[in-house]
Amino acid sequence: MLTGKVVTILLQLNQIHKVFNEGTPDEKTALHRIDLHLKPGDFMTVIGSNGAGKSTLMNMISGKLIPDIGEVLVDGTDVTLVKEHKRSRLIGRVFQDPMAGTAPSMTIEENLAIAYSRTKARGLRKGVSKKRRDFFQEKLEMLHLGLENRLSAKVGLLSGGERQALSLLMATFTEPKILLLDEHTAALDPARAELITSLTKEIVETYKLTTLMVTHNMQQALDLGNRLIMMDKGQIIFETNEDQKKDLTVEKLLEEFQKIRGEKMSSDKAVLI
Amino acid sequence: MPTAIFGSIEAGAIYALMALGVYLSFRILDFPDLTVDGSFVTGASVAAVMIVGGYNPFLATMTALLAGFAAGCLTGLLHTKGKINALLSGILMMIALYSINLRIMGKSNVPLLSEETVITKITVFWQGLGIDQAIQSLLGALGMGFIPKTWGILVLMLILAFAVKVLIDLFLKTDIGLAIRATGDNETMIRSFSADTDLLKIAGLGISNALVAFSGALVAQYNGFSDVGMGIGMIIIGLASVIIGEAIFGAKTIVRATLAVIGGAILYRIIVTLALRVEFLETGDMKLITAVIVIGALILPKLIQQQKEKQRKSRRLAEAKKTNAYGKSGDHLAAIKSDS
Repeated sequence: MLTGKVVTILLQLNQIHKVFNEGTPDEKTALHRIDLHLKPGDFMTVIGSNGAGKSTLMNMISGKLIPDIGEVLVDGTDVTLVKEHKRSRLIGRVFQDPMAGTAPSMTIEENLAIAYSRTKARGLRKGVSKKRRDFFQEKLEMLHLGLENRLSAKVGLLSGGERQALSLLMATFTEPKILLLDEHTAALDPARAELITSLTKEIVETYKLTTLMVTHNMQQALDLGNRLIMMDKGQIIFETNEDQKKDLTVEKLLEEFQKIRGEKMSSDKAVLI
Repeated sequence: MPTAIFGSIEAGAIYALMALGVYLSFRILDFPDLTVDGSFVTGASVAAVMIVGGYNPFLATMTALLAGFAAGCLTGLLHTKGKINALLSGILMMIALYSINLRIMGKSNVPLLSEETVITKITVFWQGLGIDQAIQSLLGALGMGFIPKTWGILVLMLILAFAVKVLIDLFLKTDIGLAIRATGDNETMIRSFSADTDLLKIAGLGISNALVAFSGALVAQYNGFSDVGMGIGMIIIGLASVIIGEAIFGAKTIVRATLAVIGGAILYRIIVTLALRVEFLETGDMKLITAVIVIGALILPKLIQQQKEKQRKSRRLAEAKKTNAYGKSGDHLAAIKSDS
């Protein structure tokens, strides 16, 4: 750790390169020497078509995959080879599948207790103490879903939207250094997706979380966050800063995408600028 | 007859420890662990050999428990670090343990009949309390003809089973316990909350097999021998106890489920005892009876559920008919009715 030194870059990806099925006919370069820097408090949205490398990028950060070349630094510490479960002390995650982020046969409070222990060494302390229960109740109120009154209900009984809201809370209330959202509203109906989007905004602002969000929804990518990148074929092909992002619309974004793609067809060099 | 039932409750209480172990692996970790067939005998062998060697039977039983823990951890290692399929890693350990158990005992059977065991010690302790006489005279006064040798084994083994149950209940509510439960429930999730699922599985299987070996050690002392073949089909007996217990006593919460497992283990022993009284059945049919019991316990609850569902449906239809007679609002219900 770089103690005593002000870290201005919280998440740093240097030259991340990943090839799947190397040396076989199925060889595919999933990420092509990606550089990415997030400052504390940055909220970056990531868009791109299927197979653009968005999920692979997320998996590099979470530690599910290890890059062939390049390094991942969190808060100035090299975590490139740190195992997924150890890295998750620093990183909160919400998955696309609402079923993926919670344990269905356990109660709401037990799930929260598991999330609560994310940053700690687990021991033989009681998982749901009176003190923790009060704390959980207070946090659940943030969701405005009335879950604070259903602490001992099994999570498997909740609806997809409720489960995803709970997943979001569980990933965030211990204030991770980095929050990764992997198309976390994609599997929900429009009304529920809207709810989770607004909760995301509220929670990220409350805790000032440094966030990376993958989405298929361009409007959502524009509504949320202060930075935006567009990925295609394992590369970042378009990036906006805070000021540019404010003036961006879906039309402009599509136009941009078309333009870059068109140029890409004629010249690979143009993309790499 | 009452003596046989009494004996099966005694044995059931001891086997309940094994069933609780199977509950941990099978239900909590969602890991079909066949190590049980081997680790049960490992517990019995270690305890028997140590007792014959002159060690304190309590120390021997505790050592047996640790041996079971080690066996379970090895299965966990094979599965998590060796990336071997769950069923296969259990079977491999089971087979390996067969030879190891023979090595421990040096022969295929170690008798304990004339030795001082945990069972004889607690019987002596209990008789010193003088409770037997009190119960006996009470039963005599009530005109019951059945008089067991001692109540000590039954009472103390039941207390032991319940103590272990309470410990498991408490453990599964600690931070580690919650993480172990989540490992069996949703591995992706618990890994994203900084838990090492490999380690949790290894520890969980260790604890599970420690209980199985503990049970094996006590069964050897209860029966008066340890035999290399005494573990065959043990996993099925454990499963039978878990499934029968859950089907009859329910499994809504952990506290309820562990209680159900103890009940299931005792009930299983009673069923087997009764089945063996049927004239044309022999001791050799035991495994077949066990298989039939498990199949029954697996299928019956589903049939009952279906039956209930049917009844509910016909009741709803009858109600729909009634409302339909009174107003137009029942139109859509009438459509449903004609469908069925």
